[in-house]
Amino acid sequence: MDVEILSRIQFAVTISIHYIFPPLTIGLGLILVFIEAAYLKTRNPLYEQMARFWTRIFGLIFALGVATGIVMEFEFGTNWATYSRYVGDVFGSALAAEGIFAFFLESGFLALLLFGWNKVGPKLHFFATCMVCFGSHFSAVWIVVANSWMQTPAGYHIVGEGMKARAQIVDFWAMVFNPSSVDRLTHVILGCWLAGAFLVTSVSAYYLLRRRHIEFAKSSFKFGLALAVVASLLQLASGDSTAKGVYKNQPAKFAALEGVFKTEPYSPLYLAGWVDVENEKVHGIGVPGALSFLTHLNFKEPVIGYDRIDPKWGRPKIQAVFQAYHLMIAIGMGLIGLSLLGVFLWWRGWLFLGENKWIRYYWGVMVLAVLGPQIANQAGWYTAELGRQPWIVYGLLKTSDALSKAVKAEHVLASLIMFLLIYGLLIALFIYLLNDKIQHGPDDHAPELVEGNPANPREGHRA
Amino acid sequence: MTLPLDLNTIWFGIVGVLFAGYAILDGFDLGVGILHLLNKEDHDRRIQLNSIGPVWDGNEVWLVTGGGALFAAFPEVYATVFSGFYLAFMLLLFALLFRAVAIEFRSKQPMRWWRQMWDIGFTVGSFLSSFLIGVAIGNIAWGVRLDAQHEYIGGFWELLNPYAIWMGVTTVALFAMHGCIYLALKTEGELQKRIRSWVNNTIIAFIMCYAIASFSTMLYVPHMVEVFRAYPVTGVLALANMFAIANIPREIHKGRDLFAFISSCVTMLTLMGIFGLGMFPHLVVSLPDMGNSLNIYNAASSQKTLGIMLVVALLGVPLVLAYTASIYWIFRGKVKLETHSY
Repeated sequence: MDVEILSRIQFAVTISIHYIFPPLTIGLGLILVFIEAAYLKTRNPLYEQMARFWTRIFGLIFALGVATGIVMEFEFGTNWATYSRYVGDVFGSALAAEGIFAFFLESGFLALLLFGWNKVGPKLHFFATCMVCFGSHFSAVWIVVANSWMQTPAGYHIVGEGMKARAQIVDFWAMVFNPSSVDRLTHVILGCWLAGAFLVTSVSAYYLLRRRHIEFAKSSFKFGLALAVVASLLQLASGDSTAKGVYKNQPAKFAALEGVFKTEPYSPLYLAGWVDVENEKVHGIGVPGALSFLTHLNFKEPVIGYDRIDPKWGRPKIQAVFQAYHLMIAIGMGLIGLSLLGVFLWWRGWLFLGENKWIRYYWGVMVLAVLGPQIANQAGWYTAELGRQPWIVYGLLKTSDALSKAVKAEHVLASLIMFLLIYGLLIALFIYLLNDKIQHGPDDHAPELVEGNPANPREGHRA
Repeated sequence: MTLPLDLNTIWFGIVGVLFAGYAILDGFDLGVGILHLLNKEDHDRRIQLNSIGPVWDGNEVWLVTGGGALFAAFPEVYATVFSGFYLAFMLLLFALLFRAVAIEFRSKQPMRWWRQMWDIGFTVGSFLSSFLIGVAIGNIAWGVRLDAQHEYIGGFWELLNPYAIWMGVTTVALFAMHGCIYLALKTEGELQKRIRSWVNNTIIAFIMCYAIASFSTMLYVPHMVEVFRAYPVTGVLALANMFAIANIPREIHKGRDLFAFISSCVTMLTLMGIFGLGMFPHLVVSLPDMGNSLNIYNAASSQKTLGIMLVVALLGVPLVLAYTASIYWIFRGKVKLETHSY
């Protein structure tokens, strides 16, 4: 294998693992704000218990996010040095802004969130929670802006030629609000909310099934479900808008998403299918005219396919992009269904009828549904990044031209193996510890000093 | 001497401040890690871990931000250094990752073997991180082989030259001293007594390393000392550095741990100042062909970007300093183990 494919695999591995954690903290952060607001308003100790438990989960996830995030911060330089030289003026700025504005806010106030229960009052604690939530959202802003610029570059000009060519900012705000920024940011944030919401409902449903911490579980479930239904419905609108944006700005990518080879009237929308790339055909369940309608609000108007797209744009790995994209959508629809069903049960007062076996089935599905947003987020990210190929910066720089010249294939192979080992360990321990915290459950009364307190056998259990 | 105060110079300063902030802050928690195994009791080790508990990941954010600022202001340096020092840098990342994992997971299980394993992981990770940071600084000061496109053309083993290795050792000693003083500040009773008795040894170890490092720099790395020869007034910085070091044992002796720690911070700040002044205006020295060196002009982003980022920094850095300070204020005082401790 050559440097290019190894570097791409390494980046994919490191970003995929990293991308498990920030979406969870973004979504969970928002729920924590709601819970603590409810506590401030009602002073119901149940809310305090919930806030403490979910903060513990938040802390574990955040620590892994920081650890895996440091790798990301430097991997552009280590493996993509030519890219870094080319886009540093633009991309580096967004990354630096992320560090200066968002990370400090998040990590600084997180210390208060985790360790400050006995040091500050509930109002200041609530303020810290808001800041952590704000910081995590703000960091998503900058990184998605940077990534969107790679999809739809704007606000720059190219200086120099050949090896010396560099992209430089001309208009900062045009760079920030490049054509895909707002759509993609909305889509990513909603995906993050779903990740957090379904984590909360999953753990709560697990407690309900096990008949443990019932009051805690019911209340948490409602917070999670409320966010899930809002986010999953908004995601439908956001997904539609994002797809329209891709069609407008990156038709070659859009053609891969939907498997459009021929430009024809009444373009079909495939709900699922298999792309025969060689013969330029899709075998699957297609709804005639539906793609035309979604794209143009008109069943007849053709959707541009590869036959009408300038070949200079190249084609990504169409099968992979098509499948990732359809997987994301299928899961998204499933999440909408689960959320709406939950809200319906809630409205009828059936949501917590533990004796009913159908309700128990629903809880069981909700336990597993935590994987839904995770898989959809990953699939969406793969769609976005694979769909952009063969470009690293769309239309400006090819991925194959972006590598580090000083780095050899065996170096990348060595580091890739190390990453696989360390991240394997990391994931195993993450799951183990998350499970440990969930099994331990919320504390039934406010914790006191551990030392000399035999009532608390779990010495060293970090809250 | 007159400094040409343009955007490039200002950014040289800002990047320097961010990395100095990283060295001072993560320096003490790496140092705590280096010394971690010296105390054998589980309770003492937990106190040590929890002394850095609320702050260590915030401290590492300085590294992330320093990296981001370097990327934004001097992309050529970011690209050259991290691709050129690929394996060494990957090792540093693994060490930091592993160390973070060790901190998080160490106290999660009561078994002795479990805790011992992660304690060793924590120390090895901290030691290796400090050492590699020093090696990188050593190489940047000494000079590395770059071609006309600013690409690193040396190999991995060249980076482990005696000068760089010595800078690595010196950094380990520096962080150990800094961490030891921090621990003295955060502990009490028997444990504090023991830790305070180590402080002098760590100072002596550091001064010995530092003296050898300084002499070899003066003898073998002439471009680092040019500025001090040309402008003797810059020697003030070296003098301040020496006073700061000398002040540490004095404050410890008087039982003023906080002042000892501040002195240690000043020591690190002045060290970074000396390093920065010695490098200026270079960012990465190229040897043997100095003409291929990266400096604050040929490695920088456009003036427009430097200007925009200056606004970002002027808005952001005071905020950063404000909440860093408030967090340290809220978590001041001795460490107590609580349910939510590590």
